[in-house]
Amino acid sequence: MRPQRMRLASGGRIDRTRPLSFSFDGTRYQGFAGDTLASALMANGVRRVGRSFKLHRFRGIFSAGAEEPNAIVQLESGPRTVPNLRATQVELYDGLSAASVNAWPSLAVDFLAINSLFAPLLPAGFYYKTFMWPKPLWHACEGMIRRAAGLGRAPMDPDPDTYDHLHAHCDVLVVGGGPTGLAAALRAGRTGARVIIADEQNELGGQLLNNRQQVDGSLGADWVATACEEFVGTANVRVLTRTTAFGHYEHNHVALLERRTDHLGPGVDGVRQRLWKVRAKQVVLAAGAYERPIVFRNNDRPGVMLASAAAAYVNRYAVRPGQRAVVFTNNDSGYAAAADLADGGVPVAAIVDARLEAGDDAAALAAVRDIEVLNGFAVVDVKGRRQVAGADVSILNDEGAATGGSARTIGCDLLAVSGGWNPCVHLHCHSGGKLDFDSDWACFVPGRTPLASRAAGAAAGVFELAACLESGFEAGARAARAAGIKRRGRARKAPAAERNSPAPARRLFHVPSLKRGGEAKAFVDLQYDVTAADISLAAREGYESVEHVKRYTTLGMATDQGKTSNVAGLAILSGVLGRPIPEVGTTTFRPPYTAVTYGALAGRDVGDFADPVRKTPMHHWHVAAGAKFEDVGQWKRPWYYPRADESMQEAVNRECLAARNTIGVLDASTLGKIDIQGRDTVTFLNRVYTNTWDSLAVGRSRYGLMCGEDGMIFDDGVTTRLGDHHYLMTTTSGGAARVMSWLEEWLQTEWPELDVRLTSVTEQWASAGLCGPGARRLMDDLSEDLPLDSEALPFMAMAEGRVAEIPARVFRISFSGEVSFEINVAARYGMALWNALMTAGEKYGITPYGTEAMHVLRAEKGYIIAGQETDGTVTPIDLGLERMVSKKKDFIGKRSLSRSDTAREDRKQLVGLLTEDESEVLPEGAQIVAEPRPMPPMEMIGHVTSSYYSANVGRSIALALIRSGRSRVGEYVFAPLPGKRVMARVVEPVFFDPEGGRLHG
Amino acid sequence: MAARYSIVSLVRNAFGYHEGWQRAWRSPDPKERYHVVVIGGGGHGLATAYYLAKEHGVTDIAVIERGWLGGGNTGRNTTIIRSNYLWDESAGIYEKALQLYEGLSQDLNFNIMLSQRGVLNLAHNLHDLREISRRVNAIRLNGIDSEVLSAEEIKAMVPILNISPGARYPVLGGSLQRRGGVARHDAVAWGLARAADARGVDIVQNCEVTDILREGGRVTGVETTRGTIMADKVGIVVAGHSSVLAAMAGFRMPVESHPLQALVSEPIKPILDTVVMSGTVHVYVSQSDRGELVMGAGIDGHNGYTQRGSLPVIEHMVAAAMELFPIFSRLRMMRQWGGIVDVCPDASPIIGKTPVENLFINCGWGTGGFKATPGSGWVFAHTIARGEPHPLNAPFSLDRFAAGKLIDEHGAAGVAH
Amino acid sequence: MLLITCPWCGPRDEIEFSCGGEAHITRPSEPEALTDEAWADYLFNRTNPKGPHAERWVHTHGCRRWFNVLRNTATNEILAVYEMGKPRPDGEGS
Repeated sequence: MRPQRMRLASGGRIDRTRPLSFSFDGTRYQGFAGDTLASALMANGVRRVGRSFKLHRFRGIFSAGAEEPNAIVQLESGPRTVPNLRATQVELYDGLSAASVNAWPSLAVDFLAINSLFAPLLPAGFYYKTFMWPKPLWHACEGMIRRAAGLGRAPMDPDPDTYDHLHAHCDVLVVGGGPTGLAAALRAGRTGARVIIADEQNELGGQLLNNRQQVDGSLGADWVATACEEFVGTANVRVLTRTTAFGHYEHNHVALLERRTDHLGPGVDGVRQRLWKVRAKQVVLAAGAYERPIVFRNNDRPGVMLASAAAAYVNRYAVRPGQRAVVFTNNDSGYAAAADLADGGVPVAAIVDARLEAGDDAAALAAVRDIEVLNGFAVVDVKGRRQVAGADVSILNDEGAATGGSARTIGCDLLAVSGGWNPCVHLHCHSGGKLDFDSDWACFVPGRTPLASRAAGAAAGVFELAACLESGFEAGARAARAAGIKRRGRARKAPAAERNSPAPARRLFHVPSLKRGGEAKAFVDLQYDVTAADISLAAREGYESVEHVKRYTTLGMATDQGKTSNVAGLAILSGVLGRPIPEVGTTTFRPPYTAVTYGALAGRDVGDFADPVRKTPMHHWHVAAGAKFEDVGQWKRPWYYPRADESMQEAVNRECLAARNTIGVLDASTLGKIDIQGRDTVTFLNRVYTNTWDSLAVGRSRYGLMCGEDGMIFDDGVTTRLGDHHYLMTTTSGGAARVMSWLEEWLQTEWPELDVRLTSVTEQWASAGLCGPGARRLMDDLSEDLPLDSEALPFMAMAEGRVAEIPARVFRISFSGEVSFEINVAARYGMALWNALMTAGEKYGITPYGTEAMHVLRAEKGYIIAGQETDGTVTPIDLGLERMVSKKKDFIGKRSLSRSDTAREDRKQLVGLLTEDESEVLPEGAQIVAEPRPMPPMEMIGHVTSSYYSANVGRSIALALIRSGRSRVGEYVFAPLPGKRVMARVVEPVFFDPEGGRLHG
Repeated sequence: MAARYSIVSLVRNAFGYHEGWQRAWRSPDPKERYHVVVIGGGGHGLATAYYLAKEHGVTDIAVIERGWLGGGNTGRNTTIIRSNYLWDESAGIYEKALQLYEGLSQDLNFNIMLSQRGVLNLAHNLHDLREISRRVNAIRLNGIDSEVLSAEEIKAMVPILNISPGARYPVLGGSLQRRGGVARHDAVAWGLARAADARGVDIVQNCEVTDILREGGRVTGVETTRGTIMADKVGIVVAGHSSVLAAMAGFRMPVESHPLQALVSEPIKPILDTVVMSGTVHVYVSQSDRGELVMGAGIDGHNGYTQRGSLPVIEHMVAAAMELFPIFSRLRMMRQWGGIVDVCPDASPIIGKTPVENLFINCGWGTGGFKATPGSGWVFAHTIARGEPHPLNAPFSLDRFAAGKLIDEHGAAGVAH
Repeated sequence: MLLITCPWCGPRDEIEFSCGGEAHITRPSEPEALTDEAWADYLFNRTNPKGPHAERWVHTHGCRRWFNVLRNTATNEILAVYEMGKPRPDGEGS
């Protein structure tokens, strides 16, 4: 194991007693507990950690946090690999294995680095201007582009980890656990408000962990520890670390992602990540600010880093980010970073300050340490190809352009840059918050928001520690009050910090290159290689809207979503267009703040929990009987019951023959059932069904069709009158919930005066349907108190009694055209009933049949299935069910039937089809033509809705919807299919027992 | 006018540090009067102007855009292009669009990055299989490419798809339109804008229409934030805002505006070469050339004009997508957003005349407008130029709702309405 | 996610509810007396405003009762919640 040659001997928030071994690109290194992957790599002197997206230039660690554009890694391998993590946010654990992305065969030798040579041909949007001729060229080029694009690799196996969701409510949600957030949470917590404080890092403290500032007279980190102790003792404050608030949605709904086990390494038990959905009465946004870079030529070389990040590596991680530093700044905060570097053992060769004068306190920091300060200077270029070897500096003129005067090169391997600060306004903007422009700091700050939310501290453009603490404290108090907390709480004095007298920053986002064409290497978006030249090009070509610039150049579209590049980019755009920055505006800030694992978004709603599976009470019997199942809505229904070696067709033939020749039994429990009670039920039924219900006697059933208000069939089923004001409606299996909601809607919103109550009872009843010539005999064997002959219990009648000693409702309804008894028992008796039927029916050859046989049997009789013969464009009349459409009363959809197009005579109508070849089964969905042609296009006149081989009829049968179908009966039509053409004769849509004698028998 | 784009011009400009490129389109102030004003600078509006100029010789046109061109649904959709529609009327117009797309890069001299990588529609139950069979047969007989695939054939095309019979949404088969695919949405808008501009069309951005001027039942112009603009003919092509503009002209529309959610993952190396759609699961996925997985879902149930992402919809969408693609679990959502789609009761568009003379409307594309862009513009240009619809858009008239002659394409959208 | 105050259950997350579209559209009492155009107006035409919108919601995963909501469709601000049959509280529309 190599020594950590850039590690400081003491200091930092790392635990030197806990060394951790890890590997990067196959090389093993050592770091310490408390390191991030980035700090550990830096401790080992690793400078180059990646390649850029387009030009494949070397990239080094640029920041110390969520804004990192460069240090993108693939973590681990196999099923637990994660692509595209930022090394600055990966906490080190023992055995960690990471690799660079977007480089092949290796980071050091990357074939696509050749792109860099072609860079002059690859300006922003170059692909829009070429690859158009010849046409196939684009296809080939696209393939190459695709293979070259992308960063990391997806896992190739299912995710072994679990995720979950948690809903939470609070009075005050504090986003960010830096000094501002801590002050806010302390203050709000003291009022007794329910507070949640969330921070994305492993511990609270924010910038106080990265610098050496003092609060209330002690080192910032120590004050943080005291604050955390107060939280521990306060039941009403919940602290969430490693938790990113990533989206601020309507009505103060905030989504948080908590990373629970990632820092422990792969394979740890428990929930990997948790999605918190917090409904907060008030939100305090204390997410801080990002330091922003200054754009200059070759500013992407490894060794160029944000100044505050360089200081954080020294202070928090006890790592020297370089051997010799130059600090380039336009504001006072660069001086503090320089001091931290110098004190941490990184000699600072010079502070290059774009301003003519720094603040007194800042200047003193440099003077005490004897650091040379170049006032009025800027870095114009970087020496070194593989990493920073020096900084070219030159005097700036009043307009902020380098003059080339007093040019010199300062040797360094670290170029720490501070271009001022951008408040982190993402969450503020997610749900409609507006931005104001702070011209002192040249940054966007939160403005008006429609939500009960307020920004504080650096997130609100307050950059000085003392003011941040006050701002947070005040925000905490106001938020608690606004949340309705009356108590004001103890200790109402804000934590205090030293006040400085800063000098104003100089507005400088970009130092134009002295070389012609040099702007093509001045990088604004480091990950996607978007340069200052690209932005100028976009503006020149008329892509002037900031959104156009983003889309044309891909500025800010990389995985960092432009956290360090967006404002610099639009400042450059503002310069090119000659319009002030606020007029140019920003692109939209869209959730999530940082990327969110899909697994966490899905939570537990995966696998068996993705969508509930509904099973009937007899399900296990079907499984044991070897049934194949069909999904119908959420239901699992037996499709057919193959015996050993039986094909599907053989099984279905056997089941169909049994149902007409002996006894068939069907599990009909999935049918939707709605219990309807109330004095106005008949009126209600008359309105929702197309037919009339006035004359239905108690104990009698009737088939009904329901239309939408557009006149199209919506659902169908049998409704039975159980008592004077008591009915039971059945619906299709898949449509039950929809029908129930639809009926409730009409009752509550349109006809509240009707005395009707609906209850869904689908799952309260199990249902077995017996049919066939032996059905009555079996019923007779199993029941003593039920009338069974067709006089006492005729077709479409219902009786209550006992079947196999189980209380039951028995309905003489049929979907097969045979004598049928549909036995409904309480769901808990479903299995008992089924067993009794199977046992007692064995001697009669009882045969269970599935949905396939059910479909064949009903098609033999020409009975429709709503959703198969209908598709939302079919009226009752189209199906030949005029007799079901009442002329006497109004019903939902009636008026639509007389619209000019709906009343046409030549609409598609339900007919039967018989193929010329009796063994040929038309595919369902086959289109029908009247005049076949050798080649498409052909005029279609309809399609096959149902088609089966019917063992009972002894040939294939089909139902179809065909234009003017009823007038075509007897004619021949054709189904052109891939590779063949099937001829069929149009017939009436009944194939078996057209007189219906068997039904009533 | 701007030079032609080609590899030659790219090389030539490289020597001049790309400082010689011209504006892709001008930024003129609006004139006081135009022959035609097209309201809406999205893909459909720009295509309308382009084809008016190209096919009908009408060049005295202003395209008026409230914000930045292509900033509405053109720049917010999931870029899928296909013409696999059930009904003849739809097949006609969407196939016209696909054919125009196939030559659009060359026609516009702007690479719209059309990528015909195929569009798969999955069947998860017997009902889906029947519907797919019906659809494929219809599409083929309309002379459009389409085929039925078995689960195994689908697995061969999309190895990362879970086709296990035990899956909650088992893949029983599907349909494939090989000519379907994706295109770069922004490029479609920019290419059309540049080509329209080259033919003399004025594209006026940051110009919001505040009123539609009428006289005696006839349109005379529009009031805008940049002044009054008179016009002989006005076309409204504003997608989600159609009802708002119709209200200005004094009539009501059978459309409702709903937010539609979409999201992309971080870029990863290619794992998905085909567009995969599932109507049952309510999700559609493709992988962009940049490597991002682009996903779309169903629309929010309530009306809305906010172009913002919402959480519950995407939670559901992602969970559903993970049933099909279990390996997505550890990938990460990078960006989510919403668009405003205008949905008709029959999920088909309205393209034609309005109750106001010389005022035309093109709307109601719902979730499927991008794929229709050039076809929509082509027929709308014809309608405006001739004052009568082209046979391809005649069935999509506003008065079909009174007659009941709806074109029900709910099954085609692949998303829940 | 919207926070909707059910008149019977109190404030609940949007996912518990379903939206039933524009409110205050009364079913014509004599549909047969209407022209095709008038019937289509009832059936299909919607106000679809950008701004305050009176709409019907049902607490699907709660009390299953319908009620009206006045919501700004441009901002999602909920301006009022009121029972079925009550007039629109801002006095606009029908």
